[in-house]
Amino acid sequence: MTSYFPEGDELQKFVKRRRQKGLIWRSLFLLATTLGVIVLMVLLVTIINDSMGYAAVAYKIAPDELVVGFYRGMMLDAPRAQTYTDLDDLARALAGNPNAVGLLDPAAFQAHADILRQVQVAGGDLSGVVVAVSKDNDWVQNVTILELTPLFTVAETWSDVRPGWPDAPVHRALPEAGSPALDAFVTQVYGDDPAEQPIEALLAMLAQHRSAGALRQFVAEKPLALRTQEEVLAILEEQVLEPTVVETWSLYESLFDRAAIKEAAAGMPDAHLEFRRWITWDFITSPQSSQPEYAGVRTAILGSLWVVFITLIFAVPVGIGAAIYLEEYGSGSWLDQLIETNINNLAGVPSIIYGMLGLAVFVRALGPLTSGAIFGVGDPTTSNGRTILSAGLTLGLLILPIIIINAREAIRAVPQAFREASLGLGATKWQTIWHHVLPNAIPGILTGSILAISRAFGETAPLIVVGASTAIFLDPSGPFSKFTTLPIQIYQWTARPQAAFQNLAAAAIIVLLALLLALNAFAIYLRNRYAVRY
Amino acid sequence: MNIQTTAATYAIETRNLNVYYGDFHAVKDVNLRIHKNKITALIGPSGCGKSTVLRCFNRMNDLIPSARIEGDVLFHGKNIYDPDVDPVQVRRRIGMVFQKPNPFPKSIYDNVAWGAKINGFKGDLDALVQESLERAALWNEVKDKLDASGYSLSGGQQQRLCIARALAVKPDIILMDEPTSALDPIASLRIEELMWELAQDVTIIVVTHNMQQAARVSDYTAFFTVTPDRTGYMEEFGETPQIFTTPASKITEDYITGRFG
Ligand SMILES: Nc1ncnc2c1ncn2[C@@H]1O[C@H](COP(=O)(O)OP(=O)(O)O)[C@@H](O)[C@H]1O
Ligand SMILES: [Mg+2]
Repeated sequence: MTSYFPEGDELQKFVKRRRQKGLIWRSLFLLATTLGVIVLMVLLVTIINDSMGYAAVAYKIAPDELVVGFYRGMMLDAPRAQTYTDLDDLARALAGNPNAVGLLDPAAFQAHADILRQVQVAGGDLSGVVVAVSKDNDWVQNVTILELTPLFTVAETWSDVRPGWPDAPVHRALPEAGSPALDAFVTQVYGDDPAEQPIEALLAMLAQHRSAGALRQFVAEKPLALRTQEEVLAILEEQVLEPTVVETWSLYESLFDRAAIKEAAAGMPDAHLEFRRWITWDFITSPQSSQPEYAGVRTAILGSLWVVFITLIFAVPVGIGAAIYLEEYGSGSWLDQLIETNINNLAGVPSIIYGMLGLAVFVRALGPLTSGAIFGVGDPTTSNGRTILSAGLTLGLLILPIIIINAREAIRAVPQAFREASLGLGATKWQTIWHHVLPNAIPGILTGSILAISRAFGETAPLIVVGASTAIFLDPSGPFSKFTTLPIQIYQWTARPQAAFQNLAAAAIIVLLALLLALNAFAIYLRNRYAVRY
Repeated sequence: MNIQTTAATYAIETRNLNVYYGDFHAVKDVNLRIHKNKITALIGPSGCGKSTVLRCFNRMNDLIPSARIEGDVLFHGKNIYDPDVDPVQVRRRIGMVFQKPNPFPKSIYDNVAWGAKINGFKGDLDALVQESLERAALWNEVKDKLDASGYSLSGGQQQRLCIARALAVKPDIILMDEPTSALDPIASLRIEELMWELAQDVTIIVVTHNMQQAARVSDYTAFFTVTPDRTGYMEEFGETPQIFTTPASKITEDYITGRFG
């Protein structure tokens, strides 16, 4: 009997060859996947690399210098405060006056331990400085950190500091300004971080460094009593410290090339090296600013949310409606087919074309409507149609075909058997659609719509054409406001020459990616939540 | 216009029923009288138009855009294809059970109750659901899990659920298109028994390719076959015992004895 199929050795070889072919394809697919993953990783790494790292920051007055200088000044200006250049003189003067308290460095104290007594500071002694009194002083044994403040600044008599002490006036013997002992004392008692200072101290610092006029203006804007510590701190930073980022380094350089950074920083006088995460809570909640130190993405995030909101309420209902019509009511006439072909083609039209359409229709032709002028609610700063409404409608047009196509797909995937069962019970067409087709299609419709919304979220080109503002510092207040969006903001920052804006752009990209990720996670959640199992 | 319930002997009567799918003449000149509260089986080789004819009885063919119907289908003396007849009304009176069980992706309770609800039922819904499930011989199996999905049931139970769903809107007629072809023999037998019980107060028209089933279950049998150009027509109609023992037509006899088909 002759067989027409391969047998024996030939069979073995034949099967092996077929398997090899499969293996080759499999490897190719794996390669494609790996390539995709690598590209994604590279993208992420590049962005993260730019989003944190060392920055050389130059201050007009360094923050610690501001705080230490302020308290030092208060101490030196205190009543009956005497400064000494020579610590031996200080020790002798202190020893001769039982009502005096003084500061020395430990070495100077040791040299005069026979005539002076160290005051114990509750909670551990200060380092680099000794609080001392005369051996003739018989009431001060110890003192708390809290008591040190009045003792060296405002207290007139010893009893002001602690009621049990005598009514004698306090004399202060201090080393001169700039001595290490004095600075060590200030740093340890008051701290050197502006953020830790009480609002009164901050206001005093502000008064010290700003003209009376600037201060009056600050008070006129909002009474001091209503200001929070954070607000005053921000003003102080902006008007007194005035930090400027001189140069920034990427995360990679910051981790592996620290020596070179130190060297470069050494060449910049007044510049402090700081490790910065450019994406901070402040960055997310601050409005746009022309100074990179204060620039944030709040304006852009709000703009994006507003625009996408308009897009959503326009495109999703219209898209679903059109999909229902085409799938359930369309009769397949030549008109329906024409519409269908058009929609499929529109999904492939470059987005800039939609921008031009939006400019012609929403901004120009419907200007009075989209600017809110005919409702009398327009933003006085924009009398034209370059508003959130125009942008949202433009993006709505852009994603409408995608929503329609996805929704049709989802509706078509609902088994015909459900429609037949429903109609067979005497349900009307609409009851069938409402009770069976839509509930079963909704996970697919939602997923498709959210993916389309993500697309709108990341869209840049059409918004530039429609007239996104590049410099906008006010939060949008409604559909008739001028706007900027996250991608526009990123685009604008990357075009800036200052180094810090590149880092801000990277941080903004991370914010954008996080928002997109959240949207997609939400889509998956919805799909799982409403998915019907049959 | 409303379809008035009359005391007519026939539940459904067709007059020169012709069905076309586009240019294709699928079924020609069917003149059929369906007796009230009886079970009528439609048999014949596949593709001869049994489903097509069955779907004419409740205007299900309206869903197929290319389908076109000529002739009359009289229901209580009224042609259901008259322009003033709303197919929704027809389907409310003439229910349907499909080849593959197709419960809604809802609970067992909602599967049965939904049809009544949308048809404006104002009585006690719980009682209606129970009654319908009892009539479909499913109550005892599902009474403790009415909230479970219709899809948690076995194939045979699903099909009985579909029958209960159809019964819940109190139809005069139930059309069944090969209701047991997706089921195992035991589940099939249960459906057949059920059909017998239901026939006491509803008219049943059942398409089947299973000759034994037709012989066991039906009172009347219509035998369909095709012309050489694949147009289906009704070759013979009569009481089931007569069709299976003394068929008038040679073609019927050949089919029944298994010589073709
Ligand atoms: N939707 C349709 N469109 C076109 N032709 C159809 C359609 N449905 C059925 N037909 C044709 O009509 C004839 C009868 O089909 P059908 O009624 O399903 O036969 P049966 O149920 O007896 O097997 C067959 O030739 C089939 O190909
Ligand atoms: Mg069939």
